[in-house]
Amino acid sequence: MHEIKFKVNGVEQTASVEPRLLLVHLIRENLSMTGTHIGCDTTSCGACTVLIDGKSAKACTILAVQANGKDITTVEGLATAEGLHPIQEGFKEAHALQCGFCTPGMMLRAVELLEKNPNPTEEEIRWGISGNLCRCTGYNNIVTAIQYAGAKMRGAELPSTEPEFV
Amino acid sequence: MIPEGFEYAAPATLNDALALLSQYGEDAKILAGGHSLIPMMKLRFAAPTHLVDINNIPGLSYIKEEGGYLHIGAMTKEVELEESRIIRDKYHIFTDASKLIADPQVRNFGTIGGNIAHGDAANDHPAVMIALGAEVEITNSTGSRWVSIDEFFYGFYTTAVQQGEILTALRMPALNGKSGTSYHKLERKVGDYATAGVAVAITMNDDGTCKSAGIGLTNVNPLPLRAKRSEEALVGTGLTDEDILCAAQYAAEDCSPNDDLRGSEEFKRDMVKVITKRMIKKAISRT
Repeated sequence: MHEIKFKVNGVEQTASVEPRLLLVHLIRENLSMTGTHIGCDTTSCGACTVLIDGKSAKACTILAVQANGKDITTVEGLATAEGLHPIQEGFKEAHALQCGFCTPGMMLRAVELLEKNPNPTEEEIRWGISGNLCRCTGYNNIVTAIQYAGAKMRGAELPSTEPEFV
Repeated sequence: MIPEGFEYAAPATLNDALALLSQYGEDAKILAGGHSLIPMMKLRFAAPTHLVDINNIPGLSYIKEEGGYLHIGAMTKEVELEESRIIRDKYHIFTDASKLIADPQVRNFGTIGGNIAHGDAANDHPAVMIALGAEVEITNSTGSRWVSIDEFFYGFYTTAVQQGEILTALRMPALNGKSGTSYHKLERKVGDYATAGVAVAITMNDDGTCKSAGIGLTNVNPLPLRAKRSEEALVGTGLTDEDILCAAQYAAEDCSPNDDLRGSEEFKRDMVKVITKRMIKKAISRT
């Protein structure tokens, strides 16, 4: 067993873990934070995406021991006492989820994307979320939600979130 | 899916890591980015008894031009290649390749050294290294040696890196204004291995003829393949459409793809031909 020390959403945590324990299980089972989902369990779908020191990571493909000394953000850490994170607000306003299973991972991936590129084009967003699968929405509203969050975070005019009927 | 049990160590120095690898022997594996190894361990295709995590060893991640070479540290992550100024300005082949390797989350962790040391002809960097004429630095407890990329791959998942050794760096001749590079792979979807991939590096003479050519092929051969005849068909020529078509035809003939879910052998040879032609033209346009 390895003793590890890490932060989740700003809170210091310690755990005693077997080397083969995956980070996603540490988060879901040891810490009972079930906002981080397990989808494919094969590094494909992105439902388990969290931020490790600000970098989006698939928690099904990281060992819990590798989190030692790291700062982890999960979906539970996005909202503050003041309200929703802009990305959450974007997903709500743009109807960017249906079943919601991919949403936590999708939002955390978007947070890093917007951190690096505050005003991404549609193409950059689509490449940026290419490691996150959504089987409901067809992605269009997710793209809008990320544009909305980007605009909100840089203080620009918010884009329309009305669906386009063609 | 949970991997089989193993012991884990994260040494802080290269010497400690080398000592652990020697001590544990052939059942030990190096954990770099882990995005090939951990999935294989979860599927129980791999069951190492010890993992030696080299992420805590400083000094293995860098991208720099020095002494006529581009040097890349083995632990340099794909995302660092993607975002590097030198790479973006001069080494377009990496920008082409990085975008097509797995997905953004995987590129945050996957390393160039791991991509090559894995010894998988389906990975993208081996072909890029072949095109660029790279050398691989292998370190053991007695020192380091440089191995040409052409002598690096031995077989499926086996390379010149022996037990108790670590791939520590890569170097390739620095490119100048007369060089152009490109890479493309055909993939069915984001994150898939290549149906076929082609890496090209072209250097021109002042008179517009081809001085040197490097062409590497991804996932159409048991080992990452240098398309030698294709290279020879270009050197010394004026790179006319006919010369390029001839080189592309040789690449299609000289590889050895398998029929599989990604396509038939015939289809893959056709794709090698098409992509080779396009990548040579793209590399020329970047000189």
